[in-house]
Amino acid sequence: MFLINCPYCGEREQSEFKAGGEAHIIRPKQPTELSDDQWAEYLFMRKNIKGIQFERWVHTHGCRKWFNVVRDTSNDIIKAVYKMGEKPPTK
Amino acid sequence: MTKNLRVRTSKFIDETYKISFKFDGKTYYGYKGDTLASALLANDIHLVGRSFKYHRPRGIMTAGSEEPNAIVQLHKNSSRTEPNVRATEVEIYEGLEASSQNCWPSVNFDIGGINNILSPLLPAGFYYKTFMWPASFWEKYEYFIRKSAGLGKSPTMPDPDIYEHKYIHCDVLVIGAGISGIIAAKTAAQNGFKTLLVDEKPYLGGSTIYQNSEHFKINNQISSSWLEKEINEIKKFKNLEIKTRTSIAAFHGYNFLLARENLTDHIPLEQRNNKTRQRLLKIRAKKVITATGSLERPLIFDNNDRPGILLSSAVEKYANLYGVACGEKNVLFTNNDSAYETAISLHQKGINIEAIIDNREEIDSKLIRETEKNNIKIYKGYTVVNTYGYKRINKISIMQLSKDGQKVVSSKISISCDCLGISGGWTPAVHLFTQSGGKLKFRDEDQVFIPNIYSSDQISIGSCNGDFTLDEILSNVPNSLREFLNIKKTDYENLEVRSSFNKTKRNIWLLPSDKVIGKTKPFVDYQNDATAKDIKLALREGFRSIEHVKRYTTTGMGTDQGKLGNMHALGIISETAGSKMGELGTTTFRPPYTPLTFGTIVGRNVGEYFDIFRKTPMHDWHVQNKAEFENVGQWKRAWYYPQNGESMHDAVQRESKAARDSAGILDASTLGKIDIQGTDASEFLNRVYTNAWSKLAIGKCRYGLMLNEDGMVYDDGVTTRLGENHYIMTTTTGGAATVLGKLEDYLQTEWPELDVYLTSVTDHYATISVCGPNSKKIVSQVIPDLNFSDESFPHMSFKNTKIDKIKCRVMRISFTGEHSYEINVQANYGKSVWEKCMEAGKEFNITPYGTETMHLLRAEKGFIIVGQDTDATMTPIDLQMDWIVSKKKYDFIGKRSLYRSDTIREDRKQLVGLLTENPDEVLEEGAQIVADVNKSPIEMLGHVTSSYYSPNLKKSIALGVVRGGKNMIGQKLIIPMENKKINVTVADPVFLDKENKRLNA
Ligand SMILES: [Zn+2]
Repeated sequence: MFLINCPYCGEREQSEFKAGGEAHIIRPKQPTELSDDQWAEYLFMRKNIKGIQFERWVHTHGCRKWFNVVRDTSNDIIKAVYKMGEKPPTK
Repeated sequence: MTKNLRVRTSKFIDETYKISFKFDGKTYYGYKGDTLASALLANDIHLVGRSFKYHRPRGIMTAGSEEPNAIVQLHKNSSRTEPNVRATEVEIYEGLEASSQNCWPSVNFDIGGINNILSPLLPAGFYYKTFMWPASFWEKYEYFIRKSAGLGKSPTMPDPDIYEHKYIHCDVLVIGAGISGIIAAKTAAQNGFKTLLVDEKPYLGGSTIYQNSEHFKINNQISSSWLEKEINEIKKFKNLEIKTRTSIAAFHGYNFLLARENLTDHIPLEQRNNKTRQRLLKIRAKKVITATGSLERPLIFDNNDRPGILLSSAVEKYANLYGVACGEKNVLFTNNDSAYETAISLHQKGINIEAIIDNREEIDSKLIRETEKNNIKIYKGYTVVNTYGYKRINKISIMQLSKDGQKVVSSKISISCDCLGISGGWTPAVHLFTQSGGKLKFRDEDQVFIPNIYSSDQISIGSCNGDFTLDEILSNVPNSLREFLNIKKTDYENLEVRSSFNKTKRNIWLLPSDKVIGKTKPFVDYQNDATAKDIKLALREGFRSIEHVKRYTTTGMGTDQGKLGNMHALGIISETAGSKMGELGTTTFRPPYTPLTFGTIVGRNVGEYFDIFRKTPMHDWHVQNKAEFENVGQWKRAWYYPQNGESMHDAVQRESKAARDSAGILDASTLGKIDIQGTDASEFLNRVYTNAWSKLAIGKCRYGLMLNEDGMVYDDGVTTRLGENHYIMTTTTGGAATVLGKLEDYLQTEWPELDVYLTSVTDHYATISVCGPNSKKIVSQVIPDLNFSDESFPHMSFKNTKIDKIKCRVMRISFTGEHSYEINVQANYGKSVWEKCMEAGKEFNITPYGTETMHLLRAEKGFIIVGQDTDATMTPIDLQMDWIVSKKKYDFIGKRSLYRSDTIREDRKQLVGLLTENPDEVLEEGAQIVADVNKSPIEMLGHVTSSYYSPNLKKSIALGVVRGGKNMIGQKLIIPMENKKINVTVADPVFLDKENKRLNA
């Protein structure tokens, strides 16, 4: 029920968006070089933070763009929104 | 017979407007302005229901939405009947019919009342302890529990009323139109904010509006007169919307709130036609001011639940607002000054008060002095230890409290009465505040939880913020508003306020008794019959968390969420466990604040509007031709076309045979279509499909399988290369949206360097698939200019062409194994091209077939359906589709996962064909597959995923997944059913035309 400030469209209802899990998990460039454990780390292991979490969202019912959100999972307050490829805010 | 307890005319009641209504089948009269509760009380009726567990007689306890006992069933009619309605909130209208709940055969004689006598046998957790053992008996117990449990009856017929949803955006939302809310709304509106003021009651002004005492004055006017003028003023603001009968149901984060607006519940049924009954308001407010007031606390003592026992403030409200005396011999019992306000009001109205019992010993205030002046006997330092009277209180006994309040001393005094007003002080109504994510703090002085940390741009003001007295409100509210609204001044600075309230309170959560607790029934949760004894038992049994005690004793779990007694439950827990109140935390109040009807929640989304459905361009043709439809995602797809009363089986057999013998036609428009363009389109397809795409020639089609990164099959479909940098991808009907989403995800987040653009064109094209040995003859008649020779137009290729002037794309691809063509044409020409095909196919008996036949035909060929033969645990290897997994490509989505230790196991479930020993026996989809039925436990090897009777092979065929099935071809397995065992043989999943000869036939 929160509002998300899409970096391309502006502030919209949460229902227009879909969450895409933890942000900044990069698909390995050379998967074949990885051991089962290393591949599993990429494939399955996700953080589940109570507090500040970096996550991906997509404006499904809008511009269809993916972007990153910094959200406090304990109260849903969104601290920052930034585009894919941009550096996460440090503060 | 019944008495008339109406007292001096109240200006809120229109005594010229008499209303008749029925309660439990008997006719009574009330006036316009009455609630069902006030009208019943005026008729001297207190007993209105039975309690949930012990079936104890219960009466009206409050005068508001916090009512735990007086919940009734409204309306007789099976479509409108509504359970769990609070009699204290129902406004009466001509013809209203209400009845008691939770009693059989009647509220006056209730068989379940035996539970009251058996109550020593029904302690907390009784149901958990008793009925769970032995487990096999549960079914028998359940019947009786369900029969004796439950409050009220649900309607059995569709709801005739209309409901709707509405969005509201405002600058300032003010919740509650008591004195604080009115001040807030006026201040916000004056300062140019677009303001919305809501209140659950039909009138404005909260409890101040019926205040009529010289002891509470503002600028030398009685507080109600002062407030009335303010109310008249706020009605003039154009930027202030006022909604009464509107209850906030939920306060979510980011100031998003849901409210229910009642529009017709207070008018006679015959006037409600074609009017919206209730509206769900979805409110987005920049700022929220919560002014929800406070709820009076009861006192917890033995038998504190009898009909005739009300909150003291309710007794006052019934007298002042409704002009109703709750009894002729009234006694008040209090631990604070509130009961004296009631006493003064009653005295003014000429209602008799026998006595006031006050927990406090040495106490003095203006209110008390006036009460004493009126010759009302006050027992200071006393407590009620017991009450008498089964269906209505008739006597109380009182004893003196010890200095520490833990014991009773002295001898018992009996006082006869027919009404007992109780006051345990006030609890701020912080329910909405906590729903919004706010954090409370505990104020020790008067033992209340008040708002502390806000989660959004909001404030709580007035008594919901712990400011209970008139002077506190008028000095704190303007200050809070100035800061919150960022304004310089309000109209309410420097008011001259007289408030005679003495704030001293003697808080004792559980009042002492002369009996041991085990012999008493001090109710904490009236609706769920939880007593202080139950809470103590739960603590003795080791429960510590409040949330656990709550569930074990069911305290606060009724439809009223324990609005009255939750604080006492906490208090008793903290006292018994020796912990501090503030550290215990509170239980969570959950939306809705008061119950919502399903109608309000659903709004207009009923019947055909319940969900969106998508129709293909040929939908009307299917309807005209009597197709049965199947829901696939949101699509309505033609399922089969029964002729002359054919069964589904017969229709599917006929359609399937016709498609292979001559020609069939299928509406495939629902398949997902994604237009892919860009210089890196081929590279992109290489990465998302398991097979290689770079070498696909322009004009050629290829089947592709898409995996998840975990290696499991995600979707499949045919993709065609339309040009150097242009492809059209088809997806499964159900997967269209998610596939597009997944592809966008990879493009935007993993491979932003790729020059690729994706556009969904599913709705833009109609797709007509014509298959069968005569398909070429038919399609070449429809498109005479096109060269259909196998050399020019071979299998797995495509042509751009025209039907008359209409551009279309024709693919020669097949999901049936037959020679077939797929015509893609702009959607709005779909129906006419379909009809052209039908016309051209007439001489070949072209047969329209639906999804069921499509499934059968592909199963004969062993083609999978993603989602039916796969379930997100199947790799392409498991599906015996190794041929489609490129060995040469370095990487594609899911590749690395295909050789994880788990995915290379030999004993994974693998797709195989299954042939039954008896060729007429058709297996059930989902049936389990085993090898040995004598083994215990029987080992499950897999299950049947697709199963049909093939009219072309004249035998039953099935696909299934079997552990290690790949290497079990020819092996016999067993399908155990309820009353038989079916013998099957594992087979190759391709049953028909293994050599693919028919594709070029
Ligand atoms: Zn957007």
